[in-house]
Amino acid sequence: MCRLALKSADTPFSPYEILTAMEAMQEGYDGSGLGLLLRGVGFTDFNYQPDQIILSGIAHTEAALQRLNSFMGARGYELKYDHAMEVDSSLIEARDRFKYLIRVYKVPNRDGLSRDQFEDQLMQTRLTLRKDGEDHGGDLTVFSFWPDVIMIKEVGWPLQIGNGLGLNDNRIKARVIMAQGRQNTNYGINLYACHPFFIQGISTMTNGENTAFVPIKEWLIGKNIPGYTGYQSDSEVFTHILHYVTRKLHLPLAAYKHIITPLKTEELDVHPQGDFLKGLRTSCRRLIIDGPNAVIATLADETCMLVMDHKKMRPATVGGKPGVWAIASEMCGIEAIVPDRDTSLDFQPMREHTVIIPPDRKELVIWSQSDPFTLPQAA
Amino acid sequence: MVSVRSIYTTPSSLTYSDLPWIIQHREDRCTLCGHCTSVCPVQAIYLTYRRQRMPKLDILQKKRGNEYRHFVGIRQRTNIEKKCIGCGMCSMVCPNEAIGPVPNPNEQRAIFHLNQKGEAWKRGGRRNMPGRTTLDRIVFDRISMLTDPALDAGRHEFNLNTILGRILPPEEYIRRHTAGEWIPPTREIFPFVIGSMSFGALSPNMWLGLLQGVAYCNEVLGIPVVMATGEGGCPPWVLKSPFLKYIILQIASGYFGWDEIIRAIPEMQCDPAAIEIKYGQGAKPGDGGLLMWFKVSKLIARLRGVPEGVDLPSPPVHQTLYSIEESVMKMIQTMSMAFGFRVPVYPKISGSTSAKSVLNNLVRNPYAGGMLIDGIDGGTGAAYNISLDATGHPIASCLRECYLDLVAQGRQNEIPLFAAGGIGKNGNVTQNGMALIMLGASGVHIGKYIMQATGGCLGNEMGRCNVCNTGICPKGITSQNEKLFRRLDPDDVAQRVADVFMSIRTEMKKIMAPLGRSQSLPIGMSDALGINDADAAKRLQIRYIC
Repeated sequence: MCRLALKSADTPFSPYEILTAMEAMQEGYDGSGLGLLLRGVGFTDFNYQPDQIILSGIAHTEAALQRLNSFMGARGYELKYDHAMEVDSSLIEARDRFKYLIRVYKVPNRDGLSRDQFEDQLMQTRLTLRKDGEDHGGDLTVFSFWPDVIMIKEVGWPLQIGNGLGLNDNRIKARVIMAQGRQNTNYGINLYACHPFFIQGISTMTNGENTAFVPIKEWLIGKNIPGYTGYQSDSEVFTHILHYVTRKLHLPLAAYKHIITPLKTEELDVHPQGDFLKGLRTSCRRLIIDGPNAVIATLADETCMLVMDHKKMRPATVGGKPGVWAIASEMCGIEAIVPDRDTSLDFQPMREHTVIIPPDRKELVIWSQSDPFTLPQAA
Repeated sequence: MVSVRSIYTTPSSLTYSDLPWIIQHREDRCTLCGHCTSVCPVQAIYLTYRRQRMPKLDILQKKRGNEYRHFVGIRQRTNIEKKCIGCGMCSMVCPNEAIGPVPNPNEQRAIFHLNQKGEAWKRGGRRNMPGRTTLDRIVFDRISMLTDPALDAGRHEFNLNTILGRILPPEEYIRRHTAGEWIPPTREIFPFVIGSMSFGALSPNMWLGLLQGVAYCNEVLGIPVVMATGEGGCPPWVLKSPFLKYIILQIASGYFGWDEIIRAIPEMQCDPAAIEIKYGQGAKPGDGGLLMWFKVSKLIARLRGVPEGVDLPSPPVHQTLYSIEESVMKMIQTMSMAFGFRVPVYPKISGSTSAKSVLNNLVRNPYAGGMLIDGIDGGTGAAYNISLDATGHPIASCLRECYLDLVAQGRQNEIPLFAAGGIGKNGNVTQNGMALIMLGASGVHIGKYIMQATGGCLGNEMGRCNVCNTGICPKGITSQNEKLFRRLDPDDVAQRVADVFMSIRTEMKKIMAPLGRSQSLPIGMSDALGINDADAAKRLQIRYIC
């Protein structure tokens, strides 16, 4: 079973803090992997500007690193900072790790590209690098290539990986960190199969099993949208659905839950936007997930979200106080991340709720699926 | 005494051991009540006086002579038109279990003589192909057990319904909704649909029972079952009733019954569930509907607008049209318009290697509300035996191929595919239907299963009964003869409809729960399927298991 933890705080903190919190949730967890995503990042060795692009990944061989260098150089990406991790390889299970990549590039001249075109270009660069690695026997792994996002994925026990990668040195800090412990449910062990998943500023991680994976995957692939690839894990579709809902359909975040776990017809019959939502449910029928799942997401503006599949029996929890919030798959995870909170305000969303931690981190927003939502352009 | 040489035999003279069914009669139990002979739909048996000679030889008195015993017994006729059909009604009515048909295990010669008077053998029923079908061999093998406690079929909430009707891609749906443009009609229905059996093929009591049962499923049990009429219209009282919303009206190449339907439109209280345009039928591809004269009663003649007692063969295709492309386009648009663009309209075609071309045509027709493919194992009220047995395409691979074609185009949600033809022919209706759903069908149509399960049809895969075409159905299911159909009480049929759909609903949950599915019907969930046949697995692109 995956263990998930997210912390969002006004004051940047070290990823190691989350890893220690994950120890609290170690029961029932097999320690097969770790995935981290950091937003609102800062380095002690480098004055990072939030619009600079960060490449995260692993070069498994020296040749791969050289190919990466020449590829990026040829496309005009100027390397501004190359974060050197203090790696203790005795603590890392895998042997083929030549260099962990956290590299900051200067934004190249956009040459009149619109924002969308530029963002497509960033994604295409990531996909090309990933393909290049796959074409060379998997010697280059690229998790993200995006402003203000660092991703780290590795096989093993989370805290041990943190120690092995020297994450306890406080040289990297962030305002939002997502962490997931476990490699993969149901499918093979693969670095790309580890949550969180990332596409164009949108990231999700999940615990649970998505039994509707194959039909959803087939539908997403059929859309021919660049970036809708991979699918080494059944949870990757959650990220792409969120991307599709917000960036392709331009629907508000509240629509996400209506698409992945729509209300029943009887419930929609009395919903103020029932007519629109029934049609949306039909049109997006292939995106209905079948969990149980808890989906935790973060967006480029540092918004965090928790959505529960309506049959999840062991709900994830959100808790905290103004300025510091945590979402975790187990209540003890919240306790470890924000111990000095009012526990009576902890919230466990059930079948109809979506919880949002807005970028200002002042208070939680809780949406019920039976409430109307703002949809001026459509409803 | 008659000499053997002078016994007249014709080429088609048969004896009882040449027939497919042999009547076994126990004289020691028979009370000579005559129930069996009067109930036999083909007069295969008759009561007769027999004389038995008992040779008598008194050796001491050197006298020879005969004594004769006279008795009354049941005998089997051996002429082709009165051969026993194995229906077993004789055993059903016999008070003493004295009589019954048994299948002839020998190669029976009757098969060579069924084509009498220049007519090829026609019959009702289905393809007589006993044994497990490909669908019967598919198992659901992806059991969800890695995460939270598995689903409980008895306690969790399941969404089992499907969608019939054209579905827009999400981007287009939102655009049209915003702009206030037309959005194609859809229906949320139970994925097991009572397939097309016409009012004409079925007796009034059977039809009424089905409709009562369907209404009960919808209004009391909350199972949104719909039923299709088949060609031949619909009684005017139904057209003008609120039950019309549970009915898919079929238009076929004979256009029978459509005068009544069109005339009833202004008085309809609600819209029908859908309109089905029949281009082909799995049991007899390339052949039109056939209602033989025996069944064209006064009521049927009125509904169809024809004289009584004439054969009603529909043309194989919609004759007035130039090509299937034109036909599909014009008919779908015409029918959509007739019902104010509020009713899904879809074509039904027979399973065929050319099904994909029709499908690709439909994908480009914005009014097409789905596609129903009917496989070779489908049933029919009347067809030539050759068509039933040897013409057509099994449903599994045809459906799968069409679904994967839609997947490749990213259109699998837009045109719902429905499958028919042999679903539940060996009784495994839910298993067969769910296998097809996971191969990509949005739902299935079931006809023969419904006749057997709700009407008590006696037909089977061994050629039993198969006389639906001649109007002599011994159970009164496919007869227009009041003396026969009064045997069937519509209330009993309705009760069986409710029994059948309640149990299908339970079995669906029992299949879906272990797979971890409850939120939506697992359409296209092919990763849950396995079959112990490597060739079939490869063809269907599912897992081979052994």
